[in-house]
Amino acid sequence: GKDPNPIGQTEGSKWQKPRLSRKSLMKCCLVKWIIASTTQQGPGKDSSDSDLELSMVRHQPEGLEQLQAQTQFTRKELQSLYRGFKNECPSGLVDEETFKTIYSQFFPQGDATTYAHFLFNAFDMDRNGSIRFEDFVLGLSVLLRGSVTEKLRWAFNLYDINKDGYITKEEMLAIMTSIYDMMGRCTLPSVRDDSPFEHVEKFFQKMDRNRDGVVTIDEFIETCQKDESIMASMQLFENVI
Amino acid sequence: MAAGVAAWLPFARAAAIGWMPVANLPMPVAPTEKSKRQDELIILNVSGRRFQTWRNTLDRYPDTLLGSSEKEFFYNEETKEYFFDRDPDVFRSVLNFYRTGKLHYPRYECISSYDEELAFFGIVPEIIGDCCYEEYKDRKRENAERLMDDQEDNKDAKLPNMTFRETMWRAFENPHTSTMALVFYYVTGFFIAVSVITNVVETVPCGSAPNQKEVPCGERYTVAFFCMDTACVMIFTVEYLMRLFAAPSRYRFMRSVMSIIDVVAILPYYIGLVMTDNEDVSGAFVTLRVFRVFRIFKFSRHSQGLRILGYTLKSCASELGFLLFSLTMAIIIFATVMFYAEKGSSSSKFTSIPASFWYTIVTMTTLGYGDMVPKTIAGKIFGSICSLSGVLVIALPVPVIVSNFSRIYHQNQRADKRRAQKKARLARIRISKTGSSNAFLHSKRNGLFNEALDSTEEEQRLSKSTSLLESQHHHLLHCLEKTTNHEFVDEQYYQQSYLDAGLQNYPSRSPSLSSQDGMTGTCCTRRSKKHHTPLPNASAATHMQPLTHTHTHQQGLQELSTIHIQPLSTSRSSLNMRVDEPAPLNCQSSQITTAIISIPTPPVTTPEGDAHLPAGPAHQNVVKVSAL
Repeated sequence: GKDPNPIGQTEGSKWQKPRLSRKSLMKCCLVKWIIASTTQQGPGKDSSDSDLELSMVRHQPEGLEQLQAQTQFTRKELQSLYRGFKNECPSGLVDEETFKTIYSQFFPQGDATTYAHFLFNAFDMDRNGSIRFEDFVLGLSVLLRGSVTEKLRWAFNLYDINKDGYITKEEMLAIMTSIYDMMGRCTLPSVRDDSPFEHVEKFFQKMDRNRDGVVTIDEFIETCQKDESIMASMQLFENVI
Repeated sequence: MAAGVAAWLPFARAAAIGWMPVANLPMPVAPTEKSKRQDELIILNVSGRRFQTWRNTLDRYPDTLLGSSEKEFFYNEETKEYFFDRDPDVFRSVLNFYRTGKLHYPRYECISSYDEELAFFGIVPEIIGDCCYEEYKDRKRENAERLMDDQEDNKDAKLPNMTFRETMWRAFENPHTSTMALVFYYVTGFFIAVSVITNVVETVPCGSAPNQKEVPCGERYTVAFFCMDTACVMIFTVEYLMRLFAAPSRYRFMRSVMSIIDVVAILPYYIGLVMTDNEDVSGAFVTLRVFRVFRIFKFSRHSQGLRILGYTLKSCASELGFLLFSLTMAIIIFATVMFYAEKGSSSSKFTSIPASFWYTIVTMTTLGYGDMVPKTIAGKIFGSICSLSGVLVIALPVPVIVSNFSRIYHQNQRADKRRAQKKARLARIRISKTGSSNAFLHSKRNGLFNEALDSTEEEQRLSKSTSLLESQHHHLLHCLEKTTNHEFVDEQYYQQSYLDAGLQNYPSRSPSLSSQDGMTGTCCTRRSKKHHTPLPNASAATHMQPLTHTHTHQQGLQELSTIHIQPLSTSRSSLNMRVDEPAPLNCQSSQITTAIISIPTPPVTTPEGDAHLPAGPAHQNVVKVSAL
């Protein structure tokens, strides 16, 4: 309701007619409702708003020197990496949907979205829903220029979906299913429904030393270091960039 | 984002490390890049305007001119740049395609010049982005229609050996081709008019005998009218049979609209002949006479506008259907409402709902005859709503039909205008051509003259006055003469020898004009073979192989334009058909991104089955590394 004149609030004095000031109007519920509805601050537009924000927000990466210090790329390599990255994502950020689209294009026969989702989480270290150039280049630095232990650590991080330090059979099954999904239907021999499960069983037999049903980072690294072919394959992509 | 999927490939490969620990089998060897080139700037000089870009930007699309080794042909050693003698404005769009992955069509460009530039640089126009594709397609269609119209006129030209049947058919379809056809055309037109007028006049009451009531002329002068009718039907029948005889495909002719109209026009007469004055069927006989009015539709062969109207109505069939449907709905609704509103009033004409239909139609089309009017207040209110809504419902689809008609009509007008202009244009072109050919004949005569006599100094000097280019051109024509064992002659001599001017072995080509016909024709077919043959035919394959090999620095490069992993042939030409081929399997990307990934396969394993290739990406054999 209308605010009565504060001066007129002294007890017992004459009742003064309430004045229609701006301040008093603002307190009226009806007025507030009208203003609220016309300035379009309803809750419904959150999702589109956030999309707008993502596209309008521009992210500038840290300086070249800092990135050089943090990664193992040379200056020229960082330059050309950034040029490519910026060309693809002018705003400086990659969100999950775009990431999935890009990654899926490399695997047209199958469905790469699930694996891309896991990959996205592995790269997005601060879990803010988008990959910045720093995340991108840090991840690439580990994968391409890191030591074998670092690479294995990265792989473990990828498999450990909830990042609790243990790979359970369910997590591994999810990862394996997503990898087999990328193969698609038309393979030879064809992917059976229990192929991922069998693969997980084999993996756990190899990795899980103490048969406690989970694989820890140490078990993982230890087992991989003993396996010749895995060690060899880790060096495979040294010269990608 | 379209351009850079190739740019993400190193990332995807790096991420493949995630598969290593779970892999059961050892990984294949990664390809090594022989020369690790640092990214460098290259300069593209297009007619003086210098464009600079990274070499890797161009390498994104290896099956285009700039992305392949083909550009080395244009490399200029002294200035260390690539020089192209092409239009710099269009080149802007081309280069932007490499940069952004999207090809845009600038609206101010002529469509054929744009197409030529795209063809030169080896870019398929289907890649044009959605923003510009519609505009491009519209302009292209317009251009094609224009060229098609021109070609259709050329089709009128008489082919040398046409059978009598074909000649007749041509005469029927195009009355302008010969006088006989024209005469026939006018005669049939005249008889159609006579027949229609006869039908009309038949019913007019003529003067009557004083003690009888007025009789229509038809009954008064029965014989005269019967003779007239017979004559017309004779002509129509003969015409129909002749058309049937001449038609190249009789079945198709019989199904066409015009022939059905012809048949319907003449059938009533024959049916009337067959049937006697039988009391039972005389009613039907009278009905049949109504069909005689369809003869007026035969005029549509004679009138362009009528045909356009018919074509418009056919093309606006959906709008007309909508109009009809909405009108029907509205009529039923309002008729029901009016009936119930007027039910109360006494002596109302609205006796039933179907009876109210008449009122509703008359009101909605704003005719308002006034033979049925509502008397109650409710009836009047609903009546007014009815008339207002009628105006709206009818006004809506009409502009669509009108605009369609106007578009088609103007197109036709444009076609006629172009035909008229073409004659003047061709005349001018012919004059300029005869100029150069006359020069050739002149010099030939001089040359022969020189060969015949011992040429004096003067004559040699005279003959040297022709430029080097001209003399080379003349020499070329001379060689052609020798090759075909025919000779060039001038027009009058030619027309004296042959009466028919249709035979044209007159290859008169001025240097400037010959280049557009001859060379681009062959070049375009060559390039179109390169880009558009779906199957690698023998010639294209052999043609492409050397290019493929020179292009790559690794053997057996199999290039993909999109990431459709095509397991089949290695020929470049077939793979450039990417945009039209459907994705083999479940492909996530619905848009056609023209990122180029070269996935070289070892030459041995050429026809690898579809099954093995899905395993390909998982164990990437060789990937051309395009550094980000």
